Amino acid sequence: MALALASGAISLSFLDVSQGIFDTLLGEAGSRNALIVGQIRLPRVLLAAVMGATLAISGAAMQGLFRNPLADPSLIGVTAGASLGAALIIVTGGSLLQGYIGLSLVSAGAFVGGVIAVLFVYRLATSANGTSVATMLLAGIAITALSGSIGSLLEFFADNNMLRRISLWKMGGLDGANYPRLILASVVGGALLVALPRYAGALNALLLGESEARHLGIKVDRIKLALIIWVAVGVGTSVALVGTIAFVGLVVPHIVRMLAGPDHRYLMPASALAGALLLVVADALARVLVAPTELPVGVITTIVGVPFFISLLRNRHHYGMQ
Amino acid sequence: MSTLQLKGVCAAPWGQALLEDIALNLQPGTVLGLAGPNGAGKSSLLQLIAGDIQPSTGQLTFCERAMTEWPPQARAQRLAFLPQMSLLSFPYTVAEVVRLGRIPHSSGYRADSDIVEQALQLTDTVSLRHRLYTQLSGGEKQRTQLARIFAQILGQESLSGSLLLLDEPTSALDLAHQQLVLLATQQLAMRGCAIVVVIHDLNLMASIADQILVLDNGCQIALGSPEQVFTTTLFKEVFGVDVTVGHHPQEGYPMITPLRPTLL
Repeated sequence: MALALASGAISLSFLDVSQGIFDTLLGEAGSRNALIVGQIRLPRVLLAAVMGATLAISGAAMQGLFRNPLADPSLIGVTAGASLGAALIIVTGGSLLQGYIGLSLVSAGAFVGGVIAVLFVYRLATSANGTSVATMLLAGIAITALSGSIGSLLEFFADNNMLRRISLWKMGGLDGANYPRLILASVVGGALLVALPRYAGALNALLLGESEARHLGIKVDRIKLALIIWVAVGVGTSVALVGTIAFVGLVVPHIVRMLAGPDHRYLMPASALAGALLLVVADALARVLVAPTELPVGVITTIVGVPFFISLLRNRHHYGMQ
Repeated sequence: MSTLQLKGVCAAPWGQALLEDIALNLQPGTVLGLAGPNGAGKSSLLQLIAGDIQPSTGQLTFCERAMTEWPPQARAQRLAFLPQMSLLSFPYTVAEVVRLGRIPHSSGYRADSDIVEQALQLTDTVSLRHRLYTQLSGGEKQRTQLARIFAQILGQESLSGSLLLLDEPTSALDLAHQQLVLLATQQLAMRGCAIVVVIHDLNLMASIADQILVLDNGCQIALGSPEQVFTTTLFKEVFGVDVTVGHHPQEGYPMITPLRPTLL
């Protein structure tokens, strides 16, 4: 965390960092260190931590719900819907999209798009006999494909400027970090970090199978709906604030499960912690590697995470995964 | 007080009738065996009792109270179901799987550990406790799931008012473990637990069942003690197999031996 605060286009010593935090806390925002740390890096690092934790814990919940270690929050259509929502705003927004208001509009579009996509997927999978998880997976894939192709259609009609915005947004980035965004992220992320671990026991039972969970006295349909809503709000917010950041929601819970076992009571908090760590480190690298420009953080999470993940997969028999 | 009572129960969850006019009355401590050809409705009847399938007509009463009126958690504390197949593909240890059976109870960590221990001993899975479930053999998995089911209803000395539904609990087990599981089931029955069990080995079923219910095409063909039910005519009519009915040399319960089909 401190390392992430210290590194950047202008590198600061740890002394500078602590001085910057101190100055900010005292309200003396004038100094150079206070400006860099307090106004730019601190909100950014904290935003990375909160969003990493949100994505990872959502991923853990989805993998439990779908009883599939390869499930990802994006499976229920939230990421694709959000991307489409954002692209729609970028293409149709025109001159409205200047500066701060534009950025907020795109975020709002992404959030609304993500939530609509999830509601649609959920409706498709729900019948009189309850919600079928397998149908939801298929509906999620269908909605993802549909949003993707509508998005491509939009890109086809977009001009160069819009295209660059869309593709940058898709790669994800934390460069829009500021305190209002951090507060919004913390409220949603905090609620998620408190709410989801309460379903740990039910998720453990769900791994046995849906009817087995029902025989253990779990109200399966209610739990399913609650989990989907929490994940939609959490991931929708994260896509709205920092764009699509691939890989964290899929791989972090997977890695944690291999190291700590599948019990959700430990899996969920540990995933949140590991997700926060991965995103903070990835963002620090994104800022430093080609300073003074920045790389998109989604690219880094993938480049950092994949080799680690592959090495775990090669040894998966040690961890009992088939 | 009867543990389980069905009166004129029919079920047709997907349009066509799966079960027709089933009536039975199960007292605490009795073992009911379900027999019948493939697709006769044995598993469907278990699922109906467990609440996975809703009856279209008739009454289903569990401990003097309509099954649908039971709150899910209270019901799960005294009704456990071992399905034919297990879907678990996550690397829990055996002890963790068995402990999942304690989810409906809030008896505390210490009491749960004692009960998990008992369940492991009843199923001879003590030595497997730290093994990963995904790396077990079929028979070991089956015993682990059985231990989970036992852990779900154990807790009090008297188990009257509890019900176990076992769908082929011995299908993957070797001879010694078949005997062990039957012994464990009988112990639970002696403590008052009512048990409904599907076993394809009918001689094995006759050795533990107090009553046998024979199903064919979803209809109840016969209900009675093994001696009453196991007749050559019934096996000819329901299974289409010629058998001779003998007796176990020590225990005296009926045993069947299929005769070689005559070649035309």
